[in-house]
Amino acid sequence: MVNAGDGTHEHPTQALLDAFTMRRRLHGLASRGQDLDGVRVLIVGDILHSRVARSNAWLLKTLGAEVAFVAPPTLIPNGVAAFGVDVHYDLDEALAAVRPDVVMMLRIQQERMNAAFFPNGREYARSWGLSAERFRGLGEKTLVMHPGPMNRGLEISDEAADSPQSTVLEQVTNGVAVRMAVLYLTLAAANQGAL
Amino acid sequence: MTDYLIKGATLSDDRTTDILIGGGVVKALGSNLSEVAATEIDASGLLALPGLVDLHTHLREPGFEGSETVLTGSRAAAKGGFTAVNAMANSSPVADTAGVVEQVQALGDRAGYVTVRPIGAVSQGLAGTHLSEIGAMATSRARVRVFSDDGSCVADPLLMRRALEYIKGFGGVLAQHAQEPRLTIGAQMNEGELSATLGLAGWPAVAEEAIIARDVLLAHHVGARLHVCHVSTAGSVEVIRWAKSRGFDVTAEVTPHHLLLTEDLVSTYDARYKVNPPLRRSEDVEALRAALADGTIDIVATDHAPHTAEAKSCEWDNAANGMVGLESALSVVQKTMVDTGLLGWQDVERVLSLKPAAIGRVEGQGQVIGVGSPAEITLYDRSVTRSFDVGDLAGKSINSPYLERELPGRVEATFHGGYATVLGGRLVDESLVAEHALAVASR
Ligand SMILES: [Zn+2]
Repeated sequence: MVNAGDGTHEHPTQALLDAFTMRRRLHGLASRGQDLDGVRVLIVGDILHSRVARSNAWLLKTLGAEVAFVAPPTLIPNGVAAFGVDVHYDLDEALAAVRPDVVMMLRIQQERMNAAFFPNGREYARSWGLSAERFRGLGEKTLVMHPGPMNRGLEISDEAADSPQSTVLEQVTNGVAVRMAVLYLTLAAANQGAL
Repeated sequence: MTDYLIKGATLSDDRTTDILIGGGVVKALGSNLSEVAATEIDASGLLALPGLVDLHTHLREPGFEGSETVLTGSRAAAKGGFTAVNAMANSSPVADTAGVVEQVQALGDRAGYVTVRPIGAVSQGLAGTHLSEIGAMATSRARVRVFSDDGSCVADPLLMRRALEYIKGFGGVLAQHAQEPRLTIGAQMNEGELSATLGLAGWPAVAEEAIIARDVLLAHHVGARLHVCHVSTAGSVEVIRWAKSRGFDVTAEVTPHHLLLTEDLVSTYDARYKVNPPLRRSEDVEALRAALADGTIDIVATDHAPHTAEAKSCEWDNAANGMVGLESALSVVQKTMVDTGLLGWQDVERVLSLKPAAIGRVEGQGQVIGVGSPAEITLYDRSVTRSFDVGDLAGKSINSPYLERELPGRVEATFHGGYATVLGGRLVDESLVAEHALAVASR
C-alpha cells in the first residue's frame, strides 16, 4: 500500500518527486545513484498544515540534505523538534543563515488568514513571500520549488515562479514519472522478484 | 429474597472474616458465622470491598440507546464491581430539567443493578450560555447533587462563577470538564512532537490547565465546591496541588485509561484510543499516578463512554471520542496503582468507593464494610491474570482499549441492596435483579 497523501500528515510521492527533481537539476545526467549529501534546503511557509513539508523533511534528511523550516511561529507545529531540523521565523535571516541550494515555497490557503495564523495576506507576502527582491538575492544556482498550485503575489512572485531557477513545471512532469515508477514497483515487483 | 453468608473474605485491611448480609445491611461480621437460612458464598482468597461508586459514567439514555441504555450501562457497572454510577447529562434531550433526571433515575431504579444518580447539566442544552433548571433538578425526586456540562466545558467565566454560586445553595458540586474550547478547535490528540509528525491537530495541555487554574480561583473566591473531571496532565496536577495547599475546596478525578495508556497508541490510528481529554505522554501518566498516590487527585472515575461500532470504525478525525471503562476499571487500578506499590487496598477502597460517594453525596454507598453498613459489596479475585476480552464487557458497546491486553484481577460477585447482581463472575439475570430491586424499593 502506498500513501497517496493523507490530510496534513504525509505525502510520500510528492517528496519522492521533489527529491528526484533536485537530483536531476543538481547532478544532471549523472544523477543516477547520487543522493543529496550536503544540499541545503529551506522549506518556507505553512509547515503546520503541510503534508509536503513533513514527507520532504524525512526523505531529504535521509538522502543527506540539510533541511530547515521558516515560517511565522503560528504555522510551525508545537512539537517541531521531532523533525530534527533548524527552525527560523524570519525569512531574510533564514536565507542569510542557510544560504540554501533549494528554496521550497508552500501554498498558503485562504482560510488560514481567517483563523488568526497571520494578520493578512499583505503582511504574509511582505514577511514570508519569495518576492522579486528576495529572489534576486538568492544564489544564481539556487532552485525555487513549489508543489503547486501557486498563489502568485502571496507566497511567490511571478519573477521567482517563472525564472529558469524555478522547477515548478518539472515537478509536475516528474510527478508523472515518479508515480508511474511507484505504481510499477508496488504492483509488479512482487511478482517478478528482484528488478 | 435470601440472605447471603459470605465465607472467609479478606477485607481491605487484611482481616479475614465471614460477612452476613440481609435486609439491605451487613448483619454480622466474624469467623465461623453460620446462618441456616442464608445462601453461602465461598469467598476464601477473595477481597471484599464496599461496592464501587463511579462519579463519571455516560449511560447515553435518553437519546443514544444505540450505544448504551440505563439498563445495559448498569449491567456493565455491576460486572465491574460497581454498585452506584453517576450518569452524565449529555443525553438527548440533555438532562437539564427535572423531567429528564427523574426519568433516568427511574430507569436505573427499575433496572436494579446499581444506584443510578443523574447528574444535571450546568447550562441549558450544554450550550454554555444560560443556567439550566438547577434548583428544579436539585429538589426533584432525583435530588441531583452533581452538576456538569461534561463533554463540553463551562468556558464562559461569568457563567462559571454564577453556576458555582448557585449550585452552592443546594449543597451540590460542579464537576468541570476542563477544556478551553478556543484552544482545542478540531483537536485530535495530545499536542507535542507526535502530533507534529502525524499532522493531527493538537490538544495542548495548557487548554486543560488554564481552565483548572481559573476555576480553582473562582471556586475559592465564591466559596463553592469544585470537582475537576478526568485530569490528564502533569501541569494540571501542579495546579490542583497548589489549590489544595491553599485550602481550596477542590477535588479531582483521574480515569483508569489516563493512568495506563499513552499517546503513542494514536499512531496505530485505532480509534479505540481516541478519547477526550486525549491520551498524554508517559511523564503525564507518571505524574497522575503519583498524584493519586499522594491524594492530590482524590478519586478514580471511569468516564465510561460507549460508542457504536460505526462511530469508531472510521478515519481518526471522524471517530467519536471515548472508551468504555466500567468493566475494566478495578483491574486497571490494580495494575497501575497496586501492583506498582503506589496504593494499598484500603486506598483503592477510598478512591473507588468512599471518596466518590462523598463527593457526589451518594447516599447509602461508599461506607467501609462493618456491622450495619449497607449491603453494597464487591468480591474481587486479585490473584488471577487474564487476557481481557469482549466476553468481559457487559454493556452495549465494545469500544474498550484493553481488549487482548493482560489485566490482573476479576470481579467474582457484586451485591447491591443486599441482593446479588453478579455471582460467579457472571451477571445475574435481569428479570431476577429487577424483581429484587422492586422488593427492596417496597421494603
Ligand atoms: Zn469529559
